[in-house]
Amino acid sequence: MQRSADDRLFRLMTGAFAALVLVIVIGIGYELWAQSVLSIQKFGWSFWTGRTWDPVAGDFGALPFIWGTIYSSLLALILSTPIALGIAIFISELSPRSLRQPLGYLTELLAAIPSIVYGLWGIFVLVPIVRKAEILLPDPLRKLPLFSGAPLGVGMGAAGLILAIMVVPYTSSVAREILKNVPVAQREAAYALGSTRWEAIKVAIGYGKTGIIGAIMLGLGRALGETMAVTMVIGNAPQVSLSLYAPQYTMAAVIANEFTEAAEELYLHALIEIGLLLFVITIVVNILSRLLIWSTRRRAPNVVAVPPVVEEEEAAA
Amino acid sequence: MTYAVRRRTISKVAESLCAVAVVLALLPLVLILGYVIAHGLTALNWAFFTQTPKPVGETGGGMANAIVGTLVLIGLAALFAVPVGCICGIHLAEYPTSRFSALVRFAADVLNGVPSIVIGIFAYGIVVLPVKRFSALAGGVALGLLMIPIVVRTTEELLRLVPPGLREGALALGATRTRAVFTVIVPSALPGIMTGVLVATARVAGETAPLLFTSFNNHFWSTSLMQPIASLTVQVFTYAISPYEDWHRQAWAGAFLLVMIILALSIVARLAIRGLERMNRP
Repeated sequence: MQRSADDRLFRLMTGAFAALVLVIVIGIGYELWAQSVLSIQKFGWSFWTGRTWDPVAGDFGALPFIWGTIYSSLLALILSTPIALGIAIFISELSPRSLRQPLGYLTELLAAIPSIVYGLWGIFVLVPIVRKAEILLPDPLRKLPLFSGAPLGVGMGAAGLILAIMVVPYTSSVAREILKNVPVAQREAAYALGSTRWEAIKVAIGYGKTGIIGAIMLGLGRALGETMAVTMVIGNAPQVSLSLYAPQYTMAAVIANEFTEAAEELYLHALIEIGLLLFVITIVVNILSRLLIWSTRRRAPNVVAVPPVVEEEEAAA
Repeated sequence: MTYAVRRRTISKVAESLCAVAVVLALLPLVLILGYVIAHGLTALNWAFFTQTPKPVGETGGGMANAIVGTLVLIGLAALFAVPVGCICGIHLAEYPTSRFSALVRFAADVLNGVPSIVIGIFAYGIVVLPVKRFSALAGGVALGLLMIPIVVRTTEELLRLVPPGLREGALALGATRTRAVFTVIVPSALPGIMTGVLVATARVAGETAPLLFTSFNNHFWSTSLMQPIASLTVQVFTYAISPYEDWHRQAWAGAFLLVMIILALSIVARLAIRGLERMNRP
């Protein structure tokens, strides 16, 4: 009797701490909403489509920041995905066993380096390199909208590059785990049918496709919220432009740069509303990615038995 | 070229491309660490560790206050995050299948994915805004919030590694759940939990964005929790975007120190994890 009372108390007390995590997440959402209510009421939906950002006149539109965040993140994904998948494949399928752990550790080291150090390196090393590359680009290409504008070095191109470097370890470590969980039978079946090594790898990738998309989305979530490194190399000019040469701005960067300067309440609320959108977007992306990764993980128990695909076909028949 | 030869060639080319990808990813790692070490080591001097920043225009000075500030902030963060995170992790490990646990686990994952700058806004809203003053406390809260999900998940995972026989044995001897957890299960997982805390500390030690408008910055000595406090990361940021040569030098020195702290923490954690794995192997 006393024992069950103790157990119940234990469950309740530890549960209260666990509930705190829930409260924090909900609290963040509520606080962001409550602190941006002025801006939400004043601008409504036009906040997301407005292109002027004029704190002096009290006119706020967030489109340039949303554009900058999405553009830089997509750029980072385009650059990082092939490399991250290449690493994942190399480590899990091709490399000698003795190299696996050191390589895995080294790529994870990329994730351990603080954002501010990436930014510092970006300003003093990457940006000058990008500037040189921008100047060297042949003239006919410079006529394209993608490469128009003055070669400043700072801008969307540099931001995409540094984000790509930062995102690689996240995508590759999840993709590696997904590949590791693909049943050996999948590859053995491919080899038995006379596949080359690459063809067998493609079978494994096909099997873990959903999870790998999840891994890429996890990287996207990181890229969307990344602040310091991007702030330091993107040039911080609120404009909507396709050009990789153009200095632009992101949602996280504008919050980082202007938050302490926002003297008027409306200004502060407008910045926090951007934070609210960033919160919502990253939550959606993260949830989707977890669901995808989780569904593959559940599908792929590490057994050599009959692969589930066959079972599905049998069930259908 | 026959079909078979072509397929084999494609395979070889694709395999080599994967190796190229590894080189492409490790190249920036080498470059970044190389630059940080090269520029940072030459910029380090005694003054860097013992002096506070000099006013604009004067060369010299150091980041002594920022080093102490970072330690204060990390200490505060651990103070908030470790009890909450560990007890939450214990709950998840003890009741792994309950619907509530699934929800909490999900919330921890969501919290882990929230950008650190957004966490900063939240800390600003709950700590800075009510008293209308930037403070070390607010910075500690922000970093603590970032630590919680990491501590929760590592605690849970490591507690689950404790052999079920231990728990069952304790319960069979008539121990209550509380007693079993705190005298048998947690002690046997303690080295692992401490490792998890180290990993979490390494992650938040390098955070800048959530500190910009919580602990702000301070050019003077301060260890007061209710005053703005300097930190290595914010100081590096301020110096990096300044136009002064001598400040750039110090930014590299600060970055070097940061990277060394974080590398040391993660190497210790990694060695500890390897040791634990060896210990737990039957």
